[in-house]
Amino acid sequence: MTAQINRRSLLGLGASLGITVNFLGSQVFAATEGDLARKKLVVVICRGGMDGLSVSPPVGDANYANLRGSIALRPDQVLKLDDTFGLHPELKAVHALALKGEARIAPAIASPDRARSHFEAQDVLETGAAHVYGTETGWLNRTLEALAPVRKVEGLSVGTTAPLILRGKVQAASWSPGKGVDETARLPTLLQDLYRNDPMLGPAFARGLETETMAQTAMTALSATPAMNIAAASTPTRPGAARMSPTMANDRQNRAGGEAARKLGSTLGGFMIQAGGPQIAAISLDGFDTHAGQLGQIATRLSYMDAVLDGLHAGLGAEWKNTVVIAVTEFGRTARVNGTGGTDHGTASTGLVLGGALKKGGGVIGDWPGLADNALFENRDTAPTLDMRGLFKGVLADHIGVDRAILERKVFPDSATAKPVTGLV
Amino acid sequence: MSKIACQRKGERRLSLPSKDMMAAIAVTRFGLGARPGEIDAAKADPQGFLIAQIRRDGADAPQDGGETSAQRFEQMRDYQQQQKAARQKKDGEASDDAALQAAKAAQLALRDKVNADFLARARLATNTPAGFRERWALFWANHFTVSATKQITSVLIGPFEREAIRPHVFDSFETLLVASSTHPAMLTYLDQAQSIGPNSQIGLRRRGARAGLNENLAREIMELHTVGVDAGYTQSDVTEFARALTGFSVGRDNEDRQGQFVFRDAAHEPGARTIMGRRYAQGDIQQGMAVLKTLAADKRTARHVCGKLARHFVSDTPPPALTARLEKRWMDTGGDLAQVAKALVESPEAWDPTPAKFKTPYEYTLSTWRLIGAEPSAIERLAPILTGLGQKPFSPPSPKGWAEDAQTWASPDGLIKRMQWAQGFAAVVADRTDPNALAVSALGARLTPPVAKAVSRAETRKEAFALLVMSPEFQRR
Repeated sequence: MTAQINRRSLLGLGASLGITVNFLGSQVFAATEGDLARKKLVVVICRGGMDGLSVSPPVGDANYANLRGSIALRPDQVLKLDDTFGLHPELKAVHALALKGEARIAPAIASPDRARSHFEAQDVLETGAAHVYGTETGWLNRTLEALAPVRKVEGLSVGTTAPLILRGKVQAASWSPGKGVDETARLPTLLQDLYRNDPMLGPAFARGLETETMAQTAMTALSATPAMNIAAASTPTRPGAARMSPTMANDRQNRAGGEAARKLGSTLGGFMIQAGGPQIAAISLDGFDTHAGQLGQIATRLSYMDAVLDGLHAGLGAEWKNTVVIAVTEFGRTARVNGTGGTDHGTASTGLVLGGALKKGGGVIGDWPGLADNALFENRDTAPTLDMRGLFKGVLADHIGVDRAILERKVFPDSATAKPVTGLV
Repeated sequence: MSKIACQRKGERRLSLPSKDMMAAIAVTRFGLGARPGEIDAAKADPQGFLIAQIRRDGADAPQDGGETSAQRFEQMRDYQQQQKAARQKKDGEASDDAALQAAKAAQLALRDKVNADFLARARLATNTPAGFRERWALFWANHFTVSATKQITSVLIGPFEREAIRPHVFDSFETLLVASSTHPAMLTYLDQAQSIGPNSQIGLRRRGARAGLNENLAREIMELHTVGVDAGYTQSDVTEFARALTGFSVGRDNEDRQGQFVFRDAAHEPGARTIMGRRYAQGDIQQGMAVLKTLAADKRTARHVCGKLARHFVSDTPPPALTARLEKRWMDTGGDLAQVAKALVESPEAWDPTPAKFKTPYEYTLSTWRLIGAEPSAIERLAPILTGLGQKPFSPPSPKGWAEDAQTWASPDGLIKRMQWAQGFAAVVADRTDPNALAVSALGARLTPPVAKAVSRAETRKEAFALLVMSPEFQRR
């Protein structure tokens, strides 16, 4: 462990001085570097303000049932974690992992933003800045940038549009299910030529072609799964957009959505286990803005999330042991149910941390402030006790091997107040 | 060639490009892409060509039979009741296949109407000779986003644009804001219809059980529609505004104005409100209206919305001088949107020959149809590609609406999917075209030698067509 930290500090120092890894001598550290090159990180962004008190209902908290009224879950409805917390009944796969010590909750995590605006909070979550408009690049992209002098690390986002978290100097890949590229057609080559001097389209298109090739492999590897219809998997990245409306979904559609979500997760896993595949990936799930009629809506959304995570677990196979997955949202929701059977924009929420790389046996991550009136943030929201940048920094340092000084300076500037969460892996 | 020169911040003199270049810019950047001959038509007076498209009575209405939001609301309610009845029977002893079939049929009928609304709007965009007017309307429809991600709202989007947006896009901003904030589509999409003042008659009667405030619309009006998130308002301002808006609702089945805007006095929270330092006396509907009026007139609203306009039309990072010009005209004219549109056309910064905007999937696909002077023949020609490119019809993922920046849309996966679609489109239409002539009619003076060369050297018409529509010049505007 000590050797590893030294190794990382050295590499980081080398990087900051512009010295390449070759100079440092790969043979000395080869074994460790090889290990690090297998480490994987997936960030799941749950957009819309995911209700933490639904993800991990604190059924053992004396104030929970009162505050939640008509949308409270009973202790016998949740999947039990400990005396205070359960998991939402739809999070079956997450619960199974939790029982093995491969999933933990951070029940009062928040970004440093307090405006309760989706868009501002999502920006802050994805840029990793201390406040909105702090920077225009995403923290996962700056991670790739920080690692570039040490070893080449690939990043991938799932979905047609590039999320802010992976935007920046390094051209990350993006992928969503489609019909593939005809390798024999001249057009891709001609277009690469036409884009040669285009700083935006050139790199993006080249990256897209590479990713398509990789996708063929990822899907071929999974074709053992009978009757796989990958086209259907385009739905879960925008579950709300997948149909005319989420509330119009019947059980059959929900099942189809869940299946598609699972396949999307397993395909992403298939990408990540390939040689030269992405070590870092981001995926977004929408539809968590549950202002009204929350119970059914969030059940559907969480079942999709569970399916994506379950699929990812399956798709990664043996590489699960090298993986950490973090699922976070831009903010939580009000502790009290509102007038329309839903909840409004709040502050802290629940983050999920999963993976075979986690140290076994740990309780909740961060402190639980409780739901007493005087414990609520501004007398309305779960109070934040953990800055999510601390979680990100801890995982990037201990799991991916990013130098701590570079983390503080380049990846999460102005985050000194957010202490890295250590001891997770 | 006449040159109009203007002063920018007392620094260098800014001149407009040639008339030929301006004609190409007028049609592609301000409009929706060139239909055959359109750039030629704009050549004599490119700015006049655009200004002539501004008209007080608003944007064009898509031709789709024109059901009102009230009719659609009623149809949706009928469907929901049918479905409820069918489900109850299903849970009972014997399942009622006929009832289930009827509910299913009603659902499909509604879906067809939403599709028809979208197709009509797309056809208007592909056929209109007034591309700037339509783009201006689309900007406002996206600014006041309502989304089909909510069932009840999905059937109201077409009527919303026809009733609340299109008639007012060259009216005052205040009129547009009030029309949007009182339309059933917005009231359902952002949950306002059910928001109830805790101390209103209804609130006191129900005592908290499924009765209370919902602050969704109040927050998004401030954050997205008017002053913007950085205006310095607080949570208390949002809650106070939500209280002022209680009573803004949609008529129910048993009310006179079913499916239309109603002010429900019994749901309105009594008392004066203080919002952003300004006090609003106790009142009925006038209280909420007064807040809307104040927000519309706020200079932070002008800054927020003019910045968005500049980013939509000109560049993801527009010159500050352009935004300042729009803001000034806005404030000088009390938010007269016809005047703001005119100011945009008159701003020399908007005519930079270097295209800075990357077309969104909607803009991109529709401009391809315009290029060949055609329209999508069916929703199946349009919906799959838009969904594949991340812009599913009528379904922006959040109240912020669709992103409009290149970073979002010029993703590796987005480019691959555009290419696949371009190949498929070319396979169907290219053999009836002369790609070299199309390149000129599509881009005019914006056509660059590398693109012209690539098109002329292509092996087949299909390849030439795909190269043209995938060229950096065609994908930008």
